[in-house]
Amino acid sequence: MAKSKLEGRKVTFHDMCLRDGMHAKREQISVDQMVQVATALDRSNVPMLQVTHGAGLGGNSIQHGRAPATNAEYISAVAEKMTQATVSVLLIPGLGTMDELDEAYAVGARSVHVATHSTEADTSPQHIAHARKLGMDTTGFLMMAHLNDAAGLVEQGKLMESYGAQTIYVTDSAGYMLTDDVTDAITRLRDALNPETGIGFHGHHNLGLGVANSIAAIAAGASRIDASVAGLGAGAGNAPLEVLAAVCDRMGIVSGVDTFALMDMAEDIIVPLMDHMVRVDRESLTLGFAGVYSTFLLPAKRASARFGVPARDILIELGKQKMIGGQEDMIQDTAMTMARERGLLDAAE
Amino acid sequence: MKKIKCALIGSGNIGTDLIYKIRRSEVLEPVWMVGIDADSEGLKRARDMGLKTTAEGVDGLLPHVQADDIQIAFDATSAYVHAENSRKLNALGVMMIDLTPAAIGPLCVPPVNLREHADKLEMNVNMISCAGQATIPVISAVSSVQPVAYAEIIASLSSKSVGPGTRANLDEFTYTTSNALVKVGGARTGKALAVINPAEPPMIMRNTIYCETDDTPDQAAITASVLAMITEVQKYVPGYRLVNGPIFEGNLVSIFMEVAGLGDYLPTYAGNLDIMTAAATRTAEMFASEILAGKLTLKPVEAA
Repeated sequence: MAKSKLEGRKVTFHDMCLRDGMHAKREQISVDQMVQVATALDRSNVPMLQVTHGAGLGGNSIQHGRAPATNAEYISAVAEKMTQATVSVLLIPGLGTMDELDEAYAVGARSVHVATHSTEADTSPQHIAHARKLGMDTTGFLMMAHLNDAAGLVEQGKLMESYGAQTIYVTDSAGYMLTDDVTDAITRLRDALNPETGIGFHGHHNLGLGVANSIAAIAAGASRIDASVAGLGAGAGNAPLEVLAAVCDRMGIVSGVDTFALMDMAEDIIVPLMDHMVRVDRESLTLGFAGVYSTFLLPAKRASARFGVPARDILIELGKQKMIGGQEDMIQDTAMTMARERGLLDAAE
Repeated sequence: MKKIKCALIGSGNIGTDLIYKIRRSEVLEPVWMVGIDADSEGLKRARDMGLKTTAEGVDGLLPHVQADDIQIAFDATSAYVHAENSRKLNALGVMMIDLTPAAIGPLCVPPVNLREHADKLEMNVNMISCAGQATIPVISAVSSVQPVAYAEIIASLSSKSVGPGTRANLDEFTYTTSNALVKVGGARTGKALAVINPAEPPMIMRNTIYCETDDTPDQAAITASVLAMITEVQKYVPGYRLVNGPIFEGNLVSIFMEVAGLGDYLPTYAGNLDIMTAAATRTAEMFASEILAGKLTLKPVEAA
């Protein structure tokens, strides 16, 4: 008997511990820790792993936090240790630039997620074209996908494909999408994109759907899935890679990774690395419930501690105002405005 | 009262909004609009508003410069054609206000360094970018109190207010603005971030300014300096408003601003476009006043 309807389907896993996971560590992962994690991923046969500041190239800033090392230092330290895995980077136009992509390529990055908000694909043509010119494996990464409908995602995906993107991602940055939403979006993209264009899915586990949504994406035609060992990522984390790998093994989906090695890695390396348990808790659940960018979690908690407004209230308000990735400054701004309205802030402040 | 006659190059949203602002000026008069498409909406609107128009680009304007006494031209086309436009008009003694990212001439933020440019009789000044106009006055207000090691700004723009040119060249926006935070704002290093938000109804332009000072910030002096600067900008952009801050944390000064436009031709949420046209108009007015007062005579620039 077949293990599942998807038996024999092939999928490429892309680990996010060393990029999305940076958010869960307030951008404080050292070069040595990166090398340790990347080496373990490489040994576990994970084919792709992303290495940058959580906000990608150009991410080192007051807005997004300062990491202890530069992106070039991280990438070069990791890349030279890889035996089979490809090192990728994140580039968000408006933050990262083509100069920084050149630098990342020079030190060993060979794949890039060129990321825009799910309605703003036309801010990416020069970066996608430049990545292709460098010969990089190039993905168009449509963030906060729940803020566009399936037809809109198709239109934006087609734009990125026309600029040269080889894979188009549905990126559920808020962990808000329900399984049917994922199926619908990926199915429509599969119908509309060129057959040689790949489709990817990047989930967050804020509603506990990271694994289920990833499987739904594979069933609808996605061939690349972003996940992270032990879920180390923003919000309640990404789809936990070792869990996804185990489910795929049971279903007969072929990923090529060593599931037991990933289970060991989660337990022995990633969980001890965590500053807080990355899980569905009151605030990260709020992200998924209200459709808020997962990265806002820790800054909202900091603003809550500073201004006395509960983090959940701040996150709900940011969701109402339709704030998107990159607007981290609006967390403190919104918290201050709410604190003033509640009489918690000196009017002079 | 005599006014200085102006030409507008580029018949898009910016050019059209400029007509409104220049018409209100006591020292400027819009006379010509230059486009490249005879059927364009922008040129039709300009004709309806009583301007002379040409669809032949700057070459269509050149034969009329002397007869119509054009002395100032605003260029709202693109960085790629600005250099040529500027060369041709400067040769006829027309001063250029550059709203493209070309930045051939010195960078101008009116309340910070306009006087200096007028004193030097510059024949081409560049208006940097919307984010530059919205944030550099505040950085300058901080750096005039004490040294700023690093300035960082985040401009949030409504999706509807960002045109195809900016979208296709976001790196240019990043480099031009980052550079100006240093050159005009007075920070030692700088970084500019842009976010395009598609929310409906469209969000008003927001700008956050972070300054890291070398020494402990003098809170009272910085707050007073920032508030005084905001009053200066409000003279030409009434919707320039402090939302939160200045707030201090160690050596970090954070200031949260909003820019609502006047709603002339562009909607009020597009404060990013409005602050460019308002700053450009303000700049032209300063030069025009000097010309009218006999303190400044524009001279043809010989082609190099």
